[in-house]
Amino acid sequence: MENHEHQEIILKGIGGSPGICIGKAYLVDKEGVDVVKKYVIRDESRSAEVGRFKTAVKKARTALRRIIDTTPEELRHHTQILETHMLLLKDKMLYDRTIDVIETERVNAEWALKKVVSLVKPIFENMSDDYLKQRAEDITHVSDRIMENLVGADQVDIGRIDKRVILVARDLSPAETSQIQLERIKGFVTNRGGRASHTSIIARTLQIPAVLGVGNATLKIKNDDIIIVDGETGIVVVNPTEQTLLETEERREQYEIQKALMARKSHLPARTKDGLRISVMGNIELPEEVVSVLDHGGDGIGLYRTEFQYLSRPDFPTEEMLFDNYKGVVEVMGDRPVTIRTLDINGDKAVNYIRDSYELNPALGLRAIRYCLQKPDIFKTQLRAILRAAAFGEVRILVPMISGIEEVDMTINLLDEAAQCLEQQGVAYKRDVPLGIMIEVPSAVVTADILAEKVDFFSIGTNDLIQYTLAIDRGNRHVAHLHQPLHPAILRMIKRTCDVGREKGIKTYMCGEMAGEPLFSPILLGMGVDELSMNPQAIPMVKNAIRSIDTADLHDFMDVLMRKTTADEVQVMLERHFGGVVSQIEPEQQEP
Amino acid sequence: MKTVQSRTLRIVNDLGLHARSAAKLAKLAGEASGGVWIMKNGNTADATSMLDILTLACPAGTEITVGIDDEADLNTLERIAALVRSGFGE
Repeated sequence: MENHEHQEIILKGIGGSPGICIGKAYLVDKEGVDVVKKYVIRDESRSAEVGRFKTAVKKARTALRRIIDTTPEELRHHTQILETHMLLLKDKMLYDRTIDVIETERVNAEWALKKVVSLVKPIFENMSDDYLKQRAEDITHVSDRIMENLVGADQVDIGRIDKRVILVARDLSPAETSQIQLERIKGFVTNRGGRASHTSIIARTLQIPAVLGVGNATLKIKNDDIIIVDGETGIVVVNPTEQTLLETEERREQYEIQKALMARKSHLPARTKDGLRISVMGNIELPEEVVSVLDHGGDGIGLYRTEFQYLSRPDFPTEEMLFDNYKGVVEVMGDRPVTIRTLDINGDKAVNYIRDSYELNPALGLRAIRYCLQKPDIFKTQLRAILRAAAFGEVRILVPMISGIEEVDMTINLLDEAAQCLEQQGVAYKRDVPLGIMIEVPSAVVTADILAEKVDFFSIGTNDLIQYTLAIDRGNRHVAHLHQPLHPAILRMIKRTCDVGREKGIKTYMCGEMAGEPLFSPILLGMGVDELSMNPQAIPMVKNAIRSIDTADLHDFMDVLMRKTTADEVQVMLERHFGGVVSQIEPEQQEP
Repeated sequence: MKTVQSRTLRIVNDLGLHARSAAKLAKLAGEASGGVWIMKNGNTADATSMLDILTLACPAGTEITVGIDDEADLNTLERIAALVRSGFGE
C-alpha cells in the first residue's frame, strides 16, 4: 500500500566511515531552529529589535515562573534548576551580550542569540569538571526558550535531539559537530565533504557510519524518513523496501561479526610473518578518545590534534588548561608514546577569534607553524604546556606544515626558550623530547635531507600531502575523486621521505588517512614506513593486515609497483596481490 | 587590575562555586553601582554574571580575589566576602 512518495530511492555518495545503520532521518538545516535566518536590521529598527528580544526573554521568564509556582510544595526541590534558568535568562553573558550584538552588528535577535550561545556554550562543554560541563545544557534550554518565543513556534535544535537518529545535513563544520550530542547520532549523511573531511573523521572516531558528498541528500530525504546508510559502499537508501531492509540487516550482522573477530586479536603486537614489529598507533582529537585507542589495541598516540581546545572557546586556552589536557592523555597512555602535534589552525579549521583577516586561500595561507611563528606567545604557551606534560610520560612533539629548515630552527629556539623559562620558574618539565615534523608540504619532501639533520622523526600527513601535491581540495565534490592516495606522485613522495629517513638514521611515521587503510599496508611497509597511526577503530584491521604480510616478498612487488604509471594500475596490482589481506577476515574464518 | 578595593578569599563550601552559590554571589554583586570582579589564577570574571563566575571553575579550597571598581561599593564587597566565608550558607 505504498504510494510513490514512499518509493525506495538509492543515493550515491562517498563512504566516509564504515558500518551500516538503519534509522530515522533528522534533517539539520532545512527546518528547525538550527536554520536561524540572519538578516540585517536597519539603524532605526535596532531598538525595536532589542525590544523584541527583551519581550521574548520576559515571556520565557513568565513561563518559567508559572511552572515553578504551580509545582506542588513536595516537588519544589526539583524546580531549583528552573530557578537557575530564570537567572540565566537575564545573565550578562547571554542577555547583555545578545543585545550588544543586535546593536553593534545590526542583526536580528535570533541570529544574535544564536551567535552568543555558540560562543558561550563551548566554554562549558570543554570544562573538565562534569558539573560545570552540564551547565552547557542549561544554556541550551534557556536559549531554546527564548528562541521559541522569538520564532513563535515549537522547534527543535540539534542539541535537543531526544531519539537516536541519522543526521542529514548539507555540511557540518567542526564547530557544529562539536555541538551535537553525538551519542544520539546513529549515522551521518551530508551533501558535501569527502573521506578526509572533518565529519568523516569524527564519524570514524565514533565508529558510526557516514556517507558524504551525496550532493542532494537534504532535498531527497525528508525528516523522519527511514533510511539506510552504508558507509562502506557510500550508498544511502531512502524508504527501503521490506526486502532491502532484510538484506541490510543481514549485512550489518556480518559486518559486526567481522569487526568482533578482528578486535579479538587487536591487543597483541602487530608483527609481519617474518617477525618485523610495526607500531600501530591511534589518532585523537579529544582527550576522551584515548580510551578508544587503548580499547582498539593502539600502541600509542601517533597524532594528537590539539586544535579542538582552541576551536571551541571564545579566547585562547591558558597554559594550565592545555597542560591538564595533555597530562591527562599522557598519564593514561603510560609508557606508550604520545605524539602531540602543535597547533594547526586556519586552513580548514578557522577559529573565530583568530581570523583577524579574511584569507582567499586559507590552505595556502597563514596556518599551522606559520601562524604559530607569527604569534610566538601563543606558540610558546603551548610548547610550555607540552614540555610540562612530557615530565609525565613519553611525549613527542610534532610540528605541522613545515616547508623549510628556518621553521624548524625557529621552533627549536622557542622550545629552548620555553624550557629555560620553566627551569627558572622551577616548574617540572622535560626538554629531552623527540621533535618531529609533519611531511605534508611537497617542499618538505624535496628538502627532507636538509630537514632530517635537525629533527628526530618524520611523520607523513597524507591528507595534506595529497592535497598540496595533486592540487586537490579534498572538500570539493567536483574534484574529490582526484584525491588519489595511490597516485604515482604520492607514492614517490612517500618513498623519498622513507629513503631519506633511513639514510639519515631517523624514523619515518605516517599519520594520515592512508595509514588506516589495510589495503595500503603492504605498500607502506614495502617503502619502509616505521610506524602507522590512524583513527582508533582502524587499528584492528591494520594490525590484521600487517600480520598477513611477509616483508621479504615485498621487494620485487615494490619494484614493479613503483613503475606503474597511474593510480588505477597501482590499485589493480595491489588488489590482485593483497586484496585477500583485507577480505581475509570473512565470517568463514570464525570456524575453528 | 584597576579595582580600588579587593578581598582575597577561600571557597569553603563543599560544592565550590556551583550554580546556586554563583547565583547568590551574582545577585549581590548586581547591587553594586560599579564593576565587581572575581579573579582566579590571572583570569577575571564579571561577578554580576553567574555564567562568567562558573567559567572560572572554583571547587572547594580555591582562592579567589573579589575586587570593586568603585569605592562606594565597599559595603557590597564586604557582604560578598561574608557570603563566601560563610560557605554561601550551605
